[in-house]
Amino acid sequence: MTSQNIVQFDGPTILKAENVAVYYGDKQVLRDVMLSVPTHKITALIGPSGSGKSTLLRCFNRMNDLIRGARVEGQVTYHDQDLYDPEVDPVEVRRRIGMVFQKPNPFPKSIYENITWGARINGYRGTMDELVERSLRRAALWDEVKDRLHENALSLSGGQQQRLCIARAIAIEPEVILMDEPASALDPIATLKIEELMHELKENYTILIVTHNMQQAARVSDYTAMMMLTEDRNSATVIEFGKTQAIFTHPRDRRTEDYITGRIG
Amino acid sequence: MSLRDAAFESMLQRRQLRGMIFEAIAFLAILIGLLTLALLFYDIITSGVERLSWDFLTSFPSRRASRAGILSALAGSVFLVSLMSIFAFPIGIGAAIYLEEYAPRGWLTDLIQVNIANLAGVPSIIYGLLGLGIFARLAEPITGGRTLLAGALTMALLVMPVVIIAAREAIRSVPSEIRLAALGLGATRWQMIRGHVLPYALPGILTGTILAISRALGETAPLITLGALTYVPFVPDGLRSQFTVLPIQIFNWVTRPQEAFHTNAAAAIIVLLAILLSMNALAIYLRYRFEKRLMK
Ligand SMILES: Nc1ncnc2c1ncn2[C@@H]1O[C@H](COP(=O)(O)OP(=O)(O)OP(=O)(O)O)[C@@H](O)[C@H]1O
Ligand SMILES: [Mg+2]
Repeated sequence: MTSQNIVQFDGPTILKAENVAVYYGDKQVLRDVMLSVPTHKITALIGPSGSGKSTLLRCFNRMNDLIRGARVEGQVTYHDQDLYDPEVDPVEVRRRIGMVFQKPNPFPKSIYENITWGARINGYRGTMDELVERSLRRAALWDEVKDRLHENALSLSGGQQQRLCIARAIAIEPEVILMDEPASALDPIATLKIEELMHELKENYTILIVTHNMQQAARVSDYTAMMMLTEDRNSATVIEFGKTQAIFTHPRDRRTEDYITGRIG
Repeated sequence: MSLRDAAFESMLQRRQLRGMIFEAIAFLAILIGLLTLALLFYDIITSGVERLSWDFLTSFPSRRASRAGILSALAGSVFLVSLMSIFAFPIGIGAAIYLEEYAPRGWLTDLIQVNIANLAGVPSIIYGLLGLGIFARLAEPITGGRTLLAGALTMALLVMPVVIIAAREAIRSVPSEIRLAALGLGATRWQMIRGHVLPYALPGILTGTILAISRALGETAPLITLGALTYVPFVPDGLRSQFTVLPIQIFNWVTRPQEAFHTNAAAAIIVLLAILLSMNALAIYLRYRFEKRLMK
């Protein structure tokens, strides 16, 4: 119905959703979702509140499995492997496809342990000190915390905590990082730091980010997917996908245009 | 609009009066509680403190009040709760972990939960009967009858619901963000529990276990039902030893007609109270320490 607005991306894709539908109990939340996530690019998921952005994001690392009554239908693939194949262990999936949550959620342990824990449980064999420094540097946090690595992570500011969560996610070397409004609780300066960070991370990782902030989507992302409730308002889907620049300058769908210019949402 | 509105002000006065009356009642309530407690302490301490001495702690019971001590009862109490802890805590905490983290939600789990709460309210003498039937009689070949082991197992059953409930509360209080963070890093369920849920829940679990120990230390009825002896002139020398505990010793002395034994009882109560209060203080201290470490 709206598929003419979904520009099929023809470069390398890492994650793909095909005809995905998600139910919470009896309630259908997503339907007919088609989305290809380009490798080593930043893809933004935008759309009004309740349009299923977080739900779709969670499909990609099987976090929906943890929600009682949630059911995912259709196909979600990672390097063309079905993520929902019964043979696939969700633990393995989450190890490759990391996640940063909306609210910073460091472990109530030291900064150092926050980084090393994930690596340790995943059998990391290298030197922990190096891993900690490398991850914190990549997350642009090293200089601020290098003298207090053994302090509790909860003593950091919100923005520092969020960068720590990013450092923690990249310490286990996933291929993809899913971010659910990672900057929504942060001030503009911390937000800017995280955005810069994403630009650098793009070299090594694929990032899929949910954001409510249109400027942010326009600034950081290469591709944008627009989500919206369908006409009957019962469930939502991706109504438009394409290069961010194209979407923001010449949206094809009227609803996308209304949303990004602030007329609805 | 004027700030002084007569009708409103008189109403406000009434409202504040009501608040003051309630405050007074609440204050009275706590005063009564504290006064009773203080009186109790005063009474016990004045009547028993003269009898407290090293000898009192290290002598066996005797027919002569002035030579009687609480060594066997003290040792019995310590051995009993230690042994009980070995049985009750791993099982209780394990059950709590299972119920909170693994058990599928459904009517069966709900039923189990309700019944654990019910078990916590069952009169302790019923546990004594249960212990008598199962541990002292049925399992006699193992426990040796009315022994320390049978007593510890009975007590373990008695405190288990308390341990499970406290541990479950503690586990449930772990924020879901921490769980999601761990699972999102590719942790298995057990790695998440071991690495984050248990450390976070530890202060709460610890408090629950210490309160369980306090409860067990003061229990008399189930052990009397089970048939713990009242005259034990020896320290338990093994799992299958006969034993007595402090509350039974106290009970025994109180029932004697001679005044001197009542003084002994008061002195023993002071010892028991001292142990109980220090256990509670320990629980509070541990909770405080862990929380500080956790929260910074
Ligand atoms: N655990 C859940 N159980 C039941 N319904 C849920 C659950 N999580 C989300 N939903 C419903 O699914 C729909 C989509 O929610 P979702 O959180 O994915 O939206 P969103 O686009 O991320 O919104 P927001 O921008 O506000 O974060 C909403 O109608 C929401 O009420
Ligand atoms: Mg959301």
